[in-house]
Amino acid sequence: MLSKAVDLPPPASLPGAAASPRGNPAVRLDGVVKRFGAVTALEETWLQVEQGEFLTLLGPSGCGKTTLLNLMAGFLEADAGEIFIGGDLVTATPPYEREIGIVFQNYALFPHMSVAKNVGYGLRMRGVPKREIAERVDAALALVKLTGFADRSPRQLSGGQQQRVALARALVIRPRVLLLDEPFSALDKNLRGAMQVELKEIQRRLGVTTVFVTHDQGEALSMSDRIVVMSAGRVRQLGTPDQIYRHPQDRFVAGFIGDVNLLPGRFEACAGERATVAIRDLRREVAAGALSTCAAGAAVDVFVRPDHLGIRPAGEAGTLPAQVAALVYQGTHIDLHADLDEGGRVVVRVPGQGALATYAPGTPVGLLVPQGGLVAFPPEA
Amino acid sequence: MRRGLSTQILGISGKLLVGLILAFVVLPAFVVTLAAFNDRAILSFPPTKYSTRWFTRALTYRDFQTGLWNSLVVTAWASTIALAVGTGFAIALKRYRFRLKAGLEGVLLSPLIVPHFTIGLGLLVLATGIGAARGFPVVVLTHVIVVLPFVIRSVYISLQNIDERLELAAASLGARPGRVLGTITLPLLAPGLVSGWLFAAILSFNEFTASLFVTGQATQTLPVAMYGYVREFADPTLAAVSVIYIAVTATLLIVANTFLGLGKVLNVEQGR
Repeated sequence: MLSKAVDLPPPASLPGAAASPRGNPAVRLDGVVKRFGAVTALEETWLQVEQGEFLTLLGPSGCGKTTLLNLMAGFLEADAGEIFIGGDLVTATPPYEREIGIVFQNYALFPHMSVAKNVGYGLRMRGVPKREIAERVDAALALVKLTGFADRSPRQLSGGQQQRVALARALVIRPRVLLLDEPFSALDKNLRGAMQVELKEIQRRLGVTTVFVTHDQGEALSMSDRIVVMSAGRVRQLGTPDQIYRHPQDRFVAGFIGDVNLLPGRFEACAGERATVAIRDLRREVAAGALSTCAAGAAVDVFVRPDHLGIRPAGEAGTLPAQVAALVYQGTHIDLHADLDEGGRVVVRVPGQGALATYAPGTPVGLLVPQGGLVAFPPEA
Repeated sequence: MRRGLSTQILGISGKLLVGLILAFVVLPAFVVTLAAFNDRAILSFPPTKYSTRWFTRALTYRDFQTGLWNSLVVTAWASTIALAVGTGFAIALKRYRFRLKAGLEGVLLSPLIVPHFTIGLGLLVLATGIGAARGFPVVVLTHVIVVLPFVIRSVYISLQNIDERLELAAASLGARPGRVLGTITLPLLAPGLVSGWLFAAILSFNEFTASLFVTGQATQTLPVAMYGYVREFADPTLAAVSVIYIAVTATLLIVANTFLGLGKVLNVEQGR
C-alpha cells in the first residue's frame, strides 16, 4: 500500500516528486486489458514508466490513450492484468489512495472555491496542518507564477492561468505520478507553445514522473522523453521522439508522425537487416523489419518526408518523373505539390521562396529521392 | 436608416401584441387584487369604495386559519420528502445504468400525465381500503406524488451541469467518496436542491384538485377551504386570500432570488 512518508512535510516547502523505492518503475502495467461491453478499448498492454520520465501517450481519438490514463488514475477498473505505481500493486486501489495528480483538458477547477482553496484541496483531504497548507499552497502558486492570485475565483482567470492552478493543485500533493489529459488543447496556439515550455521546465525541475496524453504529434515530439504511439487500443511503438520520427516500426506510426509522402514501390530482396526496394527504376535501401514476409516483386509503400525530397529538371537521371500541381507559400518554405507519373501526389518542401518563380503548375519535373531516411511497409490490407 | 411605413406598422403592432399578452398574464392577479380592496360585499370590478375589511375577515375566518396552517404543514413535509426522494432518484437516473431504467423514468414522470383528480381519487380509494382516509399522511403522500416529477427534473438538470471531472479530480486529490459528495457535489448541487424544493413548495401550496379528494374537514388545505367558501359566499374575502397567496409566493421567489439569483433557481442559467 501507500507509504505514509509521502504525506510528511519535506524540509523544503517546494512540491517535489514523492520518493519511491529506487529501482521500481514509477508505473508498470502488466498485461492490462480494458473492455467496454463488446468493444476492447485497450488490448493487452505491457508498459513501464521510469522514475522522473516524461512519457507521452500519442494517438488519434479512440486509440485507447485516455482509457490507459484513466486506468492509471483508478477512474476505470482493468478487466485483466495488474497495475503498479512505485512498486505497489494498485490494480484494485481507488483513486483517492493512489497519490496521483491529474490535470484535465478543461482543468476541472472547483468553481465554488478560491484559487488557494483549489490548490490546498488535496492537502486538506490529507489532514495536513493549516499552517503547512498555507506554506505549501504559496510555494505551489509561486512555482506556477501565480503568486497574488490566491483569493481569486477560478472564473476570473484566463485559460492559461486556470491551467497553472490545475497544475499547482496536482503538484502540491507531491504525486507519485503526474497525469496530463490533453492539457493544452483548450489554449490558443501562442499560449500553448509557452505553456509547453513552462510545463517541461517545471517537470524537469521537480523530477516528477509524468504521463501525458495527446493527439498532437508535434507536442509529443517536442516534450517527451519517450512516446507511446497508440491506435485502435494497441501500442504501436514505444521509443524516443527521434526513434519514433526516424524509424517508425509500423505503417500506422509512419503515417501518423510528421508529414509524410507515399511512393509506390516494389520489394526486391532482403539482406539481413536491410532490404532493397525499387521505386520505378530507383533502388533504395530500407530497414527489412516490416518487409520480411514480402515476396520478391510485391508492391510496397515507401514513406518519405517532404523535406527529404528534392526537385530537379525533368528527365535528369535518377529522378522520378512528375508534374507540378500546385505551389503553396508557407513563409519559410514552399510546399510544392507534384503528381507522379506513376500515380499519386507528393508534397516537396522547398526551402526559401525561389520555387515560386521557377515552377508553375503543369511544369514537368524530376523528383529526387534520397538514399537514406526511407521506410517501407506492405500496403494496407 | 429610414424604415418603410409598413415596417413601422409591423413593429408597432408586434410590440402591441407582446404588450397585450403580458397584460393578459397579469390581468387576473390585477383584477383580483383590486376586487379584494372593494368595500362592497360582492365580488365586483372596478371597486367604488376601498377597504381592507376582507383581509381581516380572511385572516380571522376559522376555516382559512386551519386551512393555511394545514397547507403550510403539508407543503413543508411534502416538498421536503419529495426533495429527498427525488434527489436520490435523480442521482440514480443520472449516474447509474440499470435494467428498467427507462421504465423507472416513465413511472417517476407519470404524474405529469395522469390527471390530478385521478391521483386524488386513487389514493382516496386506497386510503379508505386501509382505513387511513383523509388523514395527514395521505394528504402529504398525495402532494409528494404530484410534485415529485418537478423535483426530479430540477435536480437532474443541476446534476447534468456538474462536470463529473470535478469529482474525479477531487478523488485523485485524496477525497473519499463521502467527502467528494460533501465538498464538491452537494455544494455545486445546492442551487438545484433549493430550486427543486421551491418548485415543490409552490406547487404543493397551490395544489387543489387531488387535495379535494383526499382531505377531510380537519385536514383541508387552504385551496380546498377556499373552494368550500366560494360555494357558500360571494364576498371579496376570497380575493383577499388570493392576494395573500400571491404575496407569499412572490416573497418566496424574491428571497430565493436574493440569495441565489433567480436564473440559478429556475435553472435557466448554464453557468456554474
